Amino acid sequence: MPNPESTKDVRRRLDPAFLALPLHRLADAALSRARRHGAGHADVRITRTRRGGWLARDGDLVATVDGTATGCGVRVEHRGCRGFAATTDLRPAAVAAAVDQAVAMARLAAGINGTAGAAPVRLSEEPVHREAVWCAPCEIDPFAVPDAEKAEFLTAASRGLLGHAAVRHVEARLRVVRETRFYADSRDTTTTQQRVRLHPVFTVTGTDAATGRARTVRTRGPATGRGWEYALGAGWDWVDELAQLPEELAEKTRAPVVRPGRYDLVLDPSNLALTIHETIGHATELDRVLGYEAAYAGTSFATLDRLGRLRYGVPGMHVSADRTTPHGLATIGYDDEGVETQSWPLVEDGVLAGYQTDRETAAQAGFPRSTGCSYAEDARHVQLPRMANVSLHPDPAGPSLAELIAGVEHGIHVVGDGSWSIDPRRHGFQFTGQLFHRIEHGRLVGQLNDVAYRGDTVRFWNSLARLGGPATYLLCGAFNCGKGQPVQAAPVSHGSPAAVFRDIHVTATAG
Amino acid sequence: MTGDGAPHRLAERALELFTGDACTVLLTETSSAHLRWARNAVTTNGVTHDRTATVVVSVDRADGVAAGLLTRDVATPADIEALVRDADASARAATPRPDARPPIGEGRSSCFTAPPEGTSPAVFAGFAADLGAVLGGGRRARHEWYGFARHDVSTTYLATSSGARLRHAGHSGSVEVTVQAGDHHRSVWSGQFTEDFRDVDLAAVGRDLERRLAWTRRRVAVPEGKYEVLLPPAATADLLVRLYDALGGREAAEGGSPFGGPGGGADVGRLLCPLGLSLHSDPGEPGLGARPFLAVHGPDALRSPFDNGQPLHRTVWLADGRLRNLVTSRYSAELTGLPFVPHVGNLVLGGGTATLDEMVRTTRRGLLFTCLWYIRLVDPATLLLTGLTRDGVFLVEDGEVVGACEDFRFTDSPVDLLGRATEAGRAERTLPRDARSWFPRVVAPALRVPDLALSPAAPGS
Repeated sequence: MPNPESTKDVRRRLDPAFLALPLHRLADAALSRARRHGAGHADVRITRTRRGGWLARDGDLVATVDGTATGCGVRVEHRGCRGFAATTDLRPAAVAAAVDQAVAMARLAAGINGTAGAAPVRLSEEPVHREAVWCAPCEIDPFAVPDAEKAEFLTAASRGLLGHAAVRHVEARLRVVRETRFYADSRDTTTTQQRVRLHPVFTVTGTDAATGRARTVRTRGPATGRGWEYALGAGWDWVDELAQLPEELAEKTRAPVVRPGRYDLVLDPSNLALTIHETIGHATELDRVLGYEAAYAGTSFATLDRLGRLRYGVPGMHVSADRTTPHGLATIGYDDEGVETQSWPLVEDGVLAGYQTDRETAAQAGFPRSTGCSYAEDARHVQLPRMANVSLHPDPAGPSLAELIAGVEHGIHVVGDGSWSIDPRRHGFQFTGQLFHRIEHGRLVGQLNDVAYRGDTVRFWNSLARLGGPATYLLCGAFNCGKGQPVQAAPVSHGSPAAVFRDIHVTATAG
Repeated sequence: MTGDGAPHRLAERALELFTGDACTVLLTETSSAHLRWARNAVTTNGVTHDRTATVVVSVDRADGVAAGLLTRDVATPADIEALVRDADASARAATPRPDARPPIGEGRSSCFTAPPEGTSPAVFAGFAADLGAVLGGGRRARHEWYGFARHDVSTTYLATSSGARLRHAGHSGSVEVTVQAGDHHRSVWSGQFTEDFRDVDLAAVGRDLERRLAWTRRRVAVPEGKYEVLLPPAATADLLVRLYDALGGREAAEGGSPFGGPGGGADVGRLLCPLGLSLHSDPGEPGLGARPFLAVHGPDALRSPFDNGQPLHRTVWLADGRLRNLVTSRYSAELTGLPFVPHVGNLVLGGGTATLDEMVRTTRRGLLFTCLWYIRLVDPATLLLTGLTRDGVFLVEDGEVVGACEDFRFTDSPVDLLGRATEAGRAERTLPRDARSWFPRVVAPALRVPDLALSPAAPGS
């Protein structure tokens, strides 16, 4: 993403301890070693990821994590195959040894593929970016905030929640990540980038007086690409949400189990985000479409022959992939192959319109350019095509949430995400949520429990009856989308308005 | 690595430097190699080396024990020195924590000063030759092979200011193979745990997969409903891992898991499995060895870094079908009144004598699964899970497989499934497909469950 700041200003905001590493010297050591081995394309990534975690139970801080992973990963193309190696030893000799290992792995792969008769790897052609820098906005570095202040943020709120009769237990978690990465390749692209993400979560537990069963409600404040200012109220009103939790829980402990059947659903963006993630985000990853993930994450029904033809959803449904969304968790300036990030359509007016690619999958599908979706959790993991921020557009003149609910005769308003499960081809799913408000004749008439909705992806999106307006739009997200073998996590956001879906199969997860 | 950068020297250096009242140093050096293939060709691969240190410094104060816990990758003495300085400072700035406990003082490994063990691409030498042959064979047969092989060697060094000096080298690996027929709608899977790849016979795996792929040629329609099912060991293992994850003592005592008693407190002694199966963990389990002391870099619901170094022994979770123990830390044990029973890194469920093929032969009508997938927790209070079958569901009639049907979704609790199982086959080392990345060491039998409710995995597809 083009950054209005000067390169010097951006560099000033990057982690100085990371910039103090001999980044270019290590990259030169790696790339020159790769050249001596006769490698074709080679790239080197040096990353430092600091992860903080704080957990309070019933007002006591009981667990903390403060971990920093620093390493160097090198990928080489040799004899038509790629090899990858990584080390946490950031000395030139160790990095050169990693290159030797990567070449050894490429040779091993070439031997297997030669016997098997496989084709050599090809990459899309991409522009070179020399000495590019990018830094996500972050007003207050969460790691510069004293730990005691972060602990107090969790414990004070927990104690307040425990003061309510309905609340038996409170679990409060805070996760913070700062990711700084340097990339260099044999085409002379070099990038240095940084981003920060943060997610506080409060969960209250109460007891159903009739059955003795535990019920929980969790905050919906989304994971976000912001700094500590988010905990202080920038982008989310924590005071207001925490004030509502005890009453929501009290009502949930008294609520009846849903009667299975077909309902109209009003899905809050805090719930719909995960549904978008599983049914559109993953289904349009080109590596899945091409079969690369068939053994693990799965494949996709949205095959190449259906591009521009598949009626994914109703007319008026627009879904975009975007790695430039402000505060998005997948937002960055350049991907892990040095490709500048962008925004592009996945579903246009209800029709499948695009995929998410890296350089290899783009070339394999015959696309001229990568969409810039290459990402690895850190230097210890090899790059894969990973999800952009995939978002459903609101209706620019669409209704408010109250108006959406008013238009439903017999339905359920689902808020927050719960459990999720979907088949490997991304057809059949089951989602739950946090709160389920029964709708009768356009009015909310009390909570339900144990609601799960099921469906088939294409039928579901073709049952979309009404999109909310911009006022209902919210960018949600998660830190931990898992993919690849060895499995690695990627953060990603999804924006969505509230929306109405007609005649959806609802099941009860408890009798 | 030798000299000042040797892991045991880095650990000793940390203990020389800390200025708090107690210190635990955990250093793990991990070496990994992996190969991944899809559509009959290797796609990604890698060799990685990392060394991670966690330093826990505690400071006794009038109002309790404050602690600093930091984790970083370290390569040199300067790295560990900086880490200890920062952990010290963090401890002095921290407020007291109720879960902080003094370091474990027991134990000395005679091999503490030995260098770390490792792996390399050479571990795949024989396997790679076989893989090239089977991928080529797949291409000729118009079958597509997918899969993943990995080998990890982790050497752990643990030293405490109270005298413990522990070292352990653990080897683990796995091979997973999926074969799809050319139409991409028929597939079968096989998974195996291995410590060194010497016991991996890819040709035999291929023959077994081809046998089961042949079963998929005849498609049968099986409507949703309740069915007798045969869960093979891999499927049983995935359910067991979820059950083990839910064995937290604090969660049970607070009513947040199915192991809480009706009047509060943990329900130890309750009959969970009328078949009388026993479930245990044992660091010394042959072919499935786990680290014999607790070593965690980050806390989770079952383990605390303050307990690092605690010796681990054979621990019985179910005896004759009854719940015998729950997992606790020293802190949660004191909180709940339960004994301190730490988490161990493997699981062994006992079984009977029948092989899976023999169980098929004694089935009048039922469904034989291959494995479970995308298992997610729906309700922690009841351990209700939802998940899917994957890569082969076979209809069995009169003792024979008669065809394959579409995948199903189930929503059930492993506690209830253990309670309803009517037969357990021979226990064997297996690989839980869904959980293998975080808990690969499982011995489990096949289970016969008479009444599993199933709905279509992909309605309307």
